[in-house]
Amino acid sequence: MESAISACHRSSSFRQRLATWWVILRVALEERLVYRGDFALGTLMRFLPIITQIFLWRAVFDAVQTSGRADVAGYRFEDVVAYYLLTMVARAFSSMPGLASGIAASIRNGEVKKFIIQPVDMLGFLLLSRIAHKLAYYSVAVGPFALVFFLCRGFFLDGWPSWPVLAVFCASLVLGFFLGYFIEACIGLIGFWFLEVSSLLFVYMLLNFFLSGHMFPLDMLPGAARQWVDWLPFKYLAYFPAAVFLNKLAFPQMLRGLAIEVAWLVAFVLLSRLAWNRGLRRYSAFGG
Amino acid sequence: MNNQAIHPPQNEPSRIGGRGPAYLRLLWLFACHSLIRDMSFRINFLIECVSSVSWALMNIGFYWIVFRHTRMIGQDTGWGEAEFFVFLATTWFINSLVQTFFMPNAEEFSELIRTGNLDFVLLKPVDTQFLVSFRRMDWSSLSNMLTAGGLMAISLWRLVTRPENPLKIEPIIVVLYVFYVLCGVAILYSVMIGLASTSIWLGRNQSLYDFWFYITNFSRYPMEIYYRGWGKVLWVAFTFVIPVLVVVNVPARLLARPLSPRAWWEWPLAGFAVVATLASLIVSRWVFQRALRSYRSASS
Repeated sequence: MESAISACHRSSSFRQRLATWWVILRVALEERLVYRGDFALGTLMRFLPIITQIFLWRAVFDAVQTSGRADVAGYRFEDVVAYYLLTMVARAFSSMPGLASGIAASIRNGEVKKFIIQPVDMLGFLLLSRIAHKLAYYSVAVGPFALVFFLCRGFFLDGWPSWPVLAVFCASLVLGFFLGYFIEACIGLIGFWFLEVSSLLFVYMLLNFFLSGHMFPLDMLPGAARQWVDWLPFKYLAYFPAAVFLNKLAFPQMLRGLAIEVAWLVAFVLLSRLAWNRGLRRYSAFGG
Repeated sequence: MNNQAIHPPQNEPSRIGGRGPAYLRLLWLFACHSLIRDMSFRINFLIECVSSVSWALMNIGFYWIVFRHTRMIGQDTGWGEAEFFVFLATTWFINSLVQTFFMPNAEEFSELIRTGNLDFVLLKPVDTQFLVSFRRMDWSSLSNMLTAGGLMAISLWRLVTRPENPLKIEPIIVVLYVFYVLCGVAILYSVMIGLASTSIWLGRNQSLYDFWFYITNFSRYPMEIYYRGWGKVLWVAFTFVIPVLVVVNVPARLLARPLSPRAWWEWPLAGFAVVATLASLIVSRWVFQRALRSYRSASS
């Protein structure tokens, strides 16, 4: 009897929690869909810099091909363009605009108090809003993305990868989202100690831009640097999904990559928990 | 604080309204005022300098890696590593001048329109475009001039001392280089003020700034790379309609001299750059004034 009640209670509390999550998700989703026109246009515009990249690499490959080589670090010209397009997809998952600075701001202006009072976990709440944000974004951005990829289908010389590779690709995108979220959350939570994290965030952005492979395929790095970068978490935010899609990695390498990515993810989840708990202990709730 | 030093003296409207030295003095006051503002947040100023320099260094890193894999950008264009770094340094010279003097003002301009504070600018006995264009200066953006200067010095040194066909730099080329860098700044300024004026018609224009960024993005590479296939459309549009391709290409080409002897079209292009500069200044002035005529004050 006792256990039945508690089980019943537990299941209803779980259902309540699910309901809470659902409401958070829906509110955030509706909030995001208000500006869908601006969204779609902005997404399309974001592909514009790729045009100059295409011309730059075309010129580079022209010069390379006259010296008798057909590829640069294993990439043909078309592969480089396909790579840039794919990193756009990866970045659509892993980039978290405004997350770290938002957390730091809410610590600074005292807004974080509401999470201490309410029975809602801040990291969980923000994660759900972020998922909603992303879902809303994809539901609008899928149009421009599909259009650009259709127009650029000629750059994908090898067509679609096999199903297992595609599965790893999707897994790496989802993991990239969570990794991006928890890295930025950790940076934001440093705000408990420093209040202002914008310069730290800038350093992160810089490293991210260069070492994630957003700027160029990481295979082009000279040997020693390449090995270092392989162990860092940044490459999972852009390079890894693109490399998987383009069949740059053998299957064991892919799985090893996924394993390292999961390890980094776990590390950052734990770190963010630790930072949250330690941070709350020294938090003194300034402001209204 | 000494307000008198920052604002033009109120009792001499005739001098401010007149041409010549009054405008120069006003410019000087704006410069001082902005520097005082920047210096009251010194650490912030320093951080901004460091961050813009590190972006620049990262760009050098990118092209360094590219040139580990190729000797040249484009077949037989002559843009090898040292030549291209002269090009890159020129890009930064021009961009940091634009960002120092005009970027903060263009940003503020659309804000002035949105809030209706443009009224106060219109009331002042000074040319409105002058006032809107020069009010704020962001001195920290000049820090990139140093990076660019360093990169330029190293690259020129490499070009001058290379064993085969070393580069000779004549004084006239240096004079022309400075002249064309200023022309480039003028063209980019015209594009920027033109785009900013459209916010009078459109209200807010956040994506227009993205647009500005994407347009100027084309100016960052040697123009030859666009001259192929459907890129020729871009080449024509960005040379003759919105002349951003001549902004960096003309001065960088004059100085780095990627092709030796020079191609036949280099001097005609340089001549065209002067025409393009004058034309874009005139057109942007016209657009600005047309836009002002449709300004209807917001608020109050």
